[in-house]
Amino acid sequence: MKKLINKPEDVVLEELQGIELAHPDLVKVHYDPNFIYRADAPVKGKVAIVSGGGSGHEPMHGGYVGKGMLDAACPGAVFTSPTPDQVLEATKTVDGGAGVLHIVKNYTGDIMNFEMAADLARGEGIEVEAVVVNDDVAVEDSLYTAGRRGVGLTVLMEKIVGAAAEEGRSLKECADLARKVNSQGRSMGMALTSCTVPHVGKPTFDLPEDEMEIGIGIHGEPGRTRMKIQPADKITELLLKPIVEDLPFKAGDEVLLFVNSMGGTPLIELYIVYRKAFKLLEEMGIKVVRNLIGPYITSLEMAGASITLLKMDEELKKLWDAPVLTPGMRWGI
Amino acid sequence: MLVSPDFPNVTRFTVAISKEDVLNWIKTYAQVIAENEAFLTDLDAQIGDADHGANMNRGFKAVLTKLPAQEDKDISTILKTVGMTLLSTVGGAGGPLYSTIFLELGKTLADKEEIDLADWANALEAAEKGVQNRGKAVPGDKTMVDALEPAVAALKEALAQNLSFDEALQKSAVAAHEGMLATIPLVARKGRASYLGERSAGHQDPGATSTYFLIDTAAKTWAKQNTHK
Repeated sequence: MKKLINKPEDVVLEELQGIELAHPDLVKVHYDPNFIYRADAPVKGKVAIVSGGGSGHEPMHGGYVGKGMLDAACPGAVFTSPTPDQVLEATKTVDGGAGVLHIVKNYTGDIMNFEMAADLARGEGIEVEAVVVNDDVAVEDSLYTAGRRGVGLTVLMEKIVGAAAEEGRSLKECADLARKVNSQGRSMGMALTSCTVPHVGKPTFDLPEDEMEIGIGIHGEPGRTRMKIQPADKITELLLKPIVEDLPFKAGDEVLLFVNSMGGTPLIELYIVYRKAFKLLEEMGIKVVRNLIGPYITSLEMAGASITLLKMDEELKKLWDAPVLTPGMRWGI
Repeated sequence: MLVSPDFPNVTRFTVAISKEDVLNWIKTYAQVIAENEAFLTDLDAQIGDADHGANMNRGFKAVLTKLPAQEDKDISTILKTVGMTLLSTVGGAGGPLYSTIFLELGKTLADKEEIDLADWANALEAAEKGVQNRGKAVPGDKTMVDALEPAVAALKEALAQNLSFDEALQKSAVAAHEGMLATIPLVARKGRASYLGERSAGHQDPGATSTYFLIDTAAKTWAKQNTHK
């Protein structure tokens, strides 16, 4: 294993220390239990948005804490959901009296830990709602699985719902909006290489030089199918087609097209994918009205990409364009 | 002479599990987890996300640091402390689930100075139900439940047959082992392995494996090396 780290067991702690030193104007870091929260928290009268998950997906979630997005993020160990005490303390810290919305990605561990934290927080008199993100169309059969995973759409949901909370919407309105985003967005990802979890020290799966894995999640877990590597245009088709068919997205729809790097794939390749996806959508009569391109929800150093489509309307466009000021995403301020 | 209301046929228990036995079980299990960290993580890498061994080891290391202050407490308090410690240190799905096992054991064994086989069977059954409720998994889903459920069933059967203390524990360990091995051909329906669909078949479930270790460690550390009933 070749990594720019000190000791595997110190990776998350030292990352948090770096974030604290780098962005004191935007965020504060609480240690033991670990969470990152808005420097001006709690914001009185505003619904607080709390998310979290395993580390290794940077900039998600900690990079999205700040004005117009998350109030707190709880980082677990690498690829491991945070524990209930983290989520509980974060929830208490950022509650501004208008309630707290938990944005939870649909993984067994995340669901259980956030559920336990929400129960504990409610027991302490805090109003908590939770919304689950499950946008991954690679999981075909939700009857016999833990359900679709939460992947790329999480980033878009955090931005859009964060803007709504900033506008002063109620907890119920924010939760309903999050559910609307979840119902209108779909994603799928692929890997060219595996990734190495620091404390494991070797790649999570073996992927021969000439093969790729289609339908991966964001934890280095193997995907649904493995095949010979194809040109970027073909891969883009393989990802986009199931996404479009699933919702389905139809001619006349306006969408946000999000092309995400799994960590190791450079921007030059993402633009190649974006170009092909844009053209394919155009041929289907689907109009790309907003976009996001870059490494926003990653799997350590994995090479690969994911595509997320979110059906847009005037409300979502306005919230997407609203100012945001976080370490990982900033515009309009 | 102890009579369990749940197992009226069983009237001859002279061997019981003391607080020291419980502490010894937890400490030995922590050691087993440390020794098998890489093995559990390897199993998880094949069908999950390669963190089960590391998570369990982090949790039980934390448990070991908490135990010295617990040695004068009662069995129930010790078990609950283990549960709370795991809840705040393990993370993942294993954190809430293993935490649930120990919290349920602690709840069921409240006020017990020592526990007999029937108590243990009841407590383990409560733990199994707790895990099923928390994780919404049933036997055959390729999860911890596949080791836990047969272990409980074997204990109850051994009680009904009036087997010795050592034999009963041994039977539950064997059943957990068989349950663990039986996860190999299964297609996962819960947890992260379920995303693999058919590709999860052919791999042993890491959660069922760590659960087998838990039951097996109990059998080994509590064996009295006799066949007294």
